Amino acid sequence: MSNELAAVWLTARLAAMTTMLLLVVGTPIAWWLARTRSRLKGAIGAVVALPLVLPPTVLGFYLLVLMGPAGPVGALTQSLGLGLLPFTFSGLVVASVIYSLPFVVQPLQAAFEGIGERPVEVAATLHADPWDRFFTIVVPLARPGFVAATVLGFAHTVGEFGVVLMIGGNIPGATKVLSVALYDHVEALEYMQAHWLAGGMLIFSFVVLLAVYGRTWKPR
Amino acid sequence: MSGLQARLRLAREDFALDVDFSAAARGVTALFGASGSGKTTVLRCISGLSRAPSGFVSFDGECWQDDTRFVPPHRRACGYVFQESSLFPHLSVRRNLEYGWRRVPPGQRRLAFDNTVELLGVGPLLERSAPSLSGGERQRVAMARALLASPRLLLMDEPLASLDEARKGEILYYIERLRDELALPIIYVSHSIEEVVRLADRVVRLAQGKVLEAGPVSGLLDGGSVIDTRVAHHDLKWSLTRLEFPGGAFYAPDVDALVGERVRVRIRARDVSLALSAPRDASFLNVLAGVVTALSEQRGASVDVRLDVAGTPLLARVTRKSVAALGLAPGRRAYALIKSVAIDRPSVGYA
Repeated sequence: MSNELAAVWLTARLAAMTTMLLLVVGTPIAWWLARTRSRLKGAIGAVVALPLVLPPTVLGFYLLVLMGPAGPVGALTQSLGLGLLPFTFSGLVVASVIYSLPFVVQPLQAAFEGIGERPVEVAATLHADPWDRFFTIVVPLARPGFVAATVLGFAHTVGEFGVVLMIGGNIPGATKVLSVALYDHVEALEYMQAHWLAGGMLIFSFVVLLAVYGRTWKPR
Repeated sequence: MSGLQARLRLAREDFALDVDFSAAARGVTALFGASGSGKTTVLRCISGLSRAPSGFVSFDGECWQDDTRFVPPHRRACGYVFQESSLFPHLSVRRNLEYGWRRVPPGQRRLAFDNTVELLGVGPLLERSAPSLSGGERQRVAMARALLASPRLLLMDEPLASLDEARKGEILYYIERLRDELALPIIYVSHSIEEVVRLADRVVRLAQGKVLEAGPVSGLLDGGSVIDTRVAHHDLKWSLTRLEFPGGAFYAPDVDALVGERVRVRIRARDVSLALSAPRDASFLNVLAGVVTALSEQRGASVDVRLDVAGTPLLARVTRKSVAALGLAPGRRAYALIKSVAIDRPSVGYA
């Protein structure tokens, strides 16, 4: 059972770390996409959405190549003395951030677009500088978007498999997350343990989605 | 230079703006014109919310925009009241009011919180949530919020546009109050001549992104004439008020002002008839003698005839047929006949 717990703990750490980074990285991207009139909007939006349609293994493959010893990112991390990212927890975090990016950017972008220009302009005429406007007007008004982005980013990271397998491998305590552990059990015909993990994931996912979609329903 | 100077030039695909005007350091200057004339764009450029690529904006000698400088909106001392409700929905009325107030250092605040709340009658609303207010209440709160940010110039973009007639009257009253009680210049964007007559001292008329004319509201001729008058006396028996101006006098139904007070009246051109002699047996109470100075283009059914009534311009809209029958031409003496009941409440402004 300790193997299972290690996998659960690792998955939770990975998802939490990834979600935090995603909010930091995804918020400016979503803000830019919501506000820009640049011609690049379509292209950037498409790049952000790629993980929605690509097989995770494709993404994992390219990340492996990029971050490997012969790849440019790999060369960079090595020259910085960080070593190589594949098959490490940090590598998993980087891959997860890219893989789950659309699940954070898209709800945020929709929320920012829903606010419109007006409240931000009003705040500007009331002497609020751009950062002040963002934190006192945009963030509170976009709160449902932030909640959805956090929940979906976290849950989607918990559920990933293909990218993890490609980039992280299967090292207990370092890269062996829930979905990989489940795969191992099934391969070894350990259906009892597989049921525990699979059932747990099913319930977790349902509760998360209920939390997101249930928010739109309000008792009268 | 005191007051506002604005020179703005901007070209978009479907719209070009090229204006140059100034506004006094006190009183209300109306930016008046049809929708699409560029009024709101001008206001946005003054506030810094929009940026004309080529422009110069200064207020009371402080440069807000020139070729090398663009002061962002949050550093300009101007308040902005938007057309539709612009209250922050996630904040209470009190927090809305405090938003700009807290961002001004106490030593630089120009109005006391409680006085401003009282001036606009928003005291009873303070603990309400913004979305629970009615349209008129929202605009009052928005005006109070703008004032509490201590502007030296107040910009109002058709603040009555989203309100019904009854609410319009209510908000007009409050705008008159702040005009009269605060030494704060106001730029008021409107397409309603009634609002302009009632509120403004000066008017800048815009059409298709250009300034048509700029000057005092009195004497403005736009489908009617604006005349500054003084209340001479109230005729209680017939519920009429006698209003005098340098060119004569006329009666209007019960004007709500004291004897001696100044009242501005707009007489619509279509409410003015013309005659060559003063009629003795007609229902017109107001007969003003004048001289024809100009006629508008003679096309279609109607012609605008411009009259000089002892120095005061007056516009009459009559049929082309009548112009021909009476032989109206510049230099001709004529009598303007005005029905008193045509001078209704929205035509009267209290200066």
